[in-house]
Amino acid sequence: MTETLRTPAVAGSPLSADPRVTRAIGLVWHEADLLDRKEYETWQELYTEDASYVVPVDAETEDFDNTLNMVYDDARMRRMRVTRMTEGYAIAAVDAARTVRTVSRFVPVEVRDDEVTLRSAQVVVAYKRGRHDLWAGEVTHRIRLSRGGDRIALKVVRLVDSEDAVPAAGFLL
Amino acid sequence: MTAPFTAENIHRLAPADLVLADRVAGRLYTDPEIFDLEMTKIFERTWVWVAHESELPKAGSFKSTYVGRQPVIVVKDRKGAVNTLVNRCRHRGASLCERKTGQVNGFTCPYHAWSYGLDGALRGIPYPDGYEGVMEKGDMGLKKLRTESYGGMVFATFHDDVEPLEDFLGDVRLWIDRFMKQGGGYPVKVLGTHRFRFRGNWKIQLENTTDGYHFPIVHRSWMASVDAETADMMSFMTDPAAVTHDLGHGHSVAQMVPGHSDLDVDDGTEPLQPRFDSLVTELKSAGVDDAGVRKLVRAVHGTGFNLNLFPNVSMSISFLRVLRPISVDETLIEHVALGPDGPAEIVDPVNRERLRIHEHFQGPFGFGTPDDAEGWDRVQRGAQGAPEMPVMVNRGLARETAGPQGWATSHVTDETGMRAAYDKWKQMMSDD
Repeated sequence: MTETLRTPAVAGSPLSADPRVTRAIGLVWHEADLLDRKEYETWQELYTEDASYVVPVDAETEDFDNTLNMVYDDARMRRMRVTRMTEGYAIAAVDAARTVRTVSRFVPVEVRDDEVTLRSAQVVVAYKRGRHDLWAGEVTHRIRLSRGGDRIALKVVRLVDSEDAVPAAGFLL
Repeated sequence: MTAPFTAENIHRLAPADLVLADRVAGRLYTDPEIFDLEMTKIFERTWVWVAHESELPKAGSFKSTYVGRQPVIVVKDRKGAVNTLVNRCRHRGASLCERKTGQVNGFTCPYHAWSYGLDGALRGIPYPDGYEGVMEKGDMGLKKLRTESYGGMVFATFHDDVEPLEDFLGDVRLWIDRFMKQGGGYPVKVLGTHRFRFRGNWKIQLENTTDGYHFPIVHRSWMASVDAETADMMSFMTDPAAVTHDLGHGHSVAQMVPGHSDLDVDDGTEPLQPRFDSLVTELKSAGVDDAGVRKLVRAVHGTGFNLNLFPNVSMSISFLRVLRPISVDETLIEHVALGPDGPAEIVDPVNRERLRIHEHFQGPFGFGTPDDAEGWDRVQRGAQGAPEMPVMVNRGLARETAGPQGWATSHVTDETGMRAAYDKWKQMMSDD
């Protein structure tokens, strides 16, 4: 069954009643927790082998292949990124900011029995050496539901300031 | 004056006295008064890079940017001339344009709708009767900077009497010509721009692009993640042919991959990297002949050098690195990705490879940039300590030679390029 939901779900709406959406939100929150804890090895297991993880520069684009992105990872790049974050060579990752993130304001965009697409708002506060940086953005997750375990097939983080200067980061959004 | 730095004199020495042949004072990174002087004596006195010509493809194309701390609009007019205009209405000072790029017929101030042409001339004033007998419209155009370009690189200056751009560049022109050969037979265009900030002085970044010494240490993480051929290409630490030249006027070039310094020199023995096999297939199916394929693919990584221009742009291997000083301890960096500009079926596959290579190293989440930025932040923090202790730029002084072209030359890991930039800095900060 496929439903395309055009109005934002609110408390008490079908959002909480639809177990498919609840499962998807649960996975997004699990991912957020792993990233704040910098458990990157476990984090990459949340992704399907064909998944893309994208932080675009262009606020509007869907054509990530032909535009410049901050992050545009397939499975190979994700594996290398996790190695980079954990192996101890990258001085930015070794002394990375501590982060706390909130993901909320979920909007189910498309709900099927095998896949749920969610939009959400994410606010990451990153603290390092006396400074708090704010990373706010809208996130799209496409989550594949399966008995063997739900997985992320696409994650796109559109920062509100993606076309402006952001700090260089030693953590992941 | 060559007085040694002491705790007693370090805060009293004039800025120009803080630069010696082999060392500079940490105060260069930390003193807000020096920063203010740099903005007027350097950024408002010399040529500052503002755009690449591909960013201004037709009449009305514009880009908003900065010269030092001053906001400007770079725009192509209907005669094809590129104008650099201070982004400030002549009426009450409001900014005229807050978009980064776009296409316009002119600029209209949002406050009282004074409107200006692409050449900066004041065209219209609403309810003009109040200005009768008060002001001549012809005198109230936007402030215009002298603007000149070479090899597609557009520079502007507030200093009307400064030397012509080509004289300012001097021997750099040869290296700009070489850099642009990475179009592989096509002109070069801007593909996209990464922007990030770091908490440090602008000169820390200026130094870094001519610092071969940091590469295998700071970028060990990137080196560990690339294919063997690419890692080997960047293993210049012990290659005696990898050298840096002081090109004069504060400019320098660091040849990390000397075999790729002039991409037209190709004896055909260097194999194309296996990572580009599918690109080769794609180009052949688009009808590109073997020589054309080789030319494009060999240039995918860019050229073999970092050309460091004083004060604000580096043409670095395959991209432009542009610095903008924000304050004494904050700098904004742009990493501008480049690629060939030609028929889509040929250049798009090449540019997709180039974009992925750029993303791999550059930008706020690249495998290189965050580590650079961490290093630069640490210099700014550390330089607060023991201000009488100098920052050393003496590496390779004893092995520097005059060089056959008259360019002071030393190994690419040496600090010849930094010394060139600081020599120019000292000269400009001494000028009245």
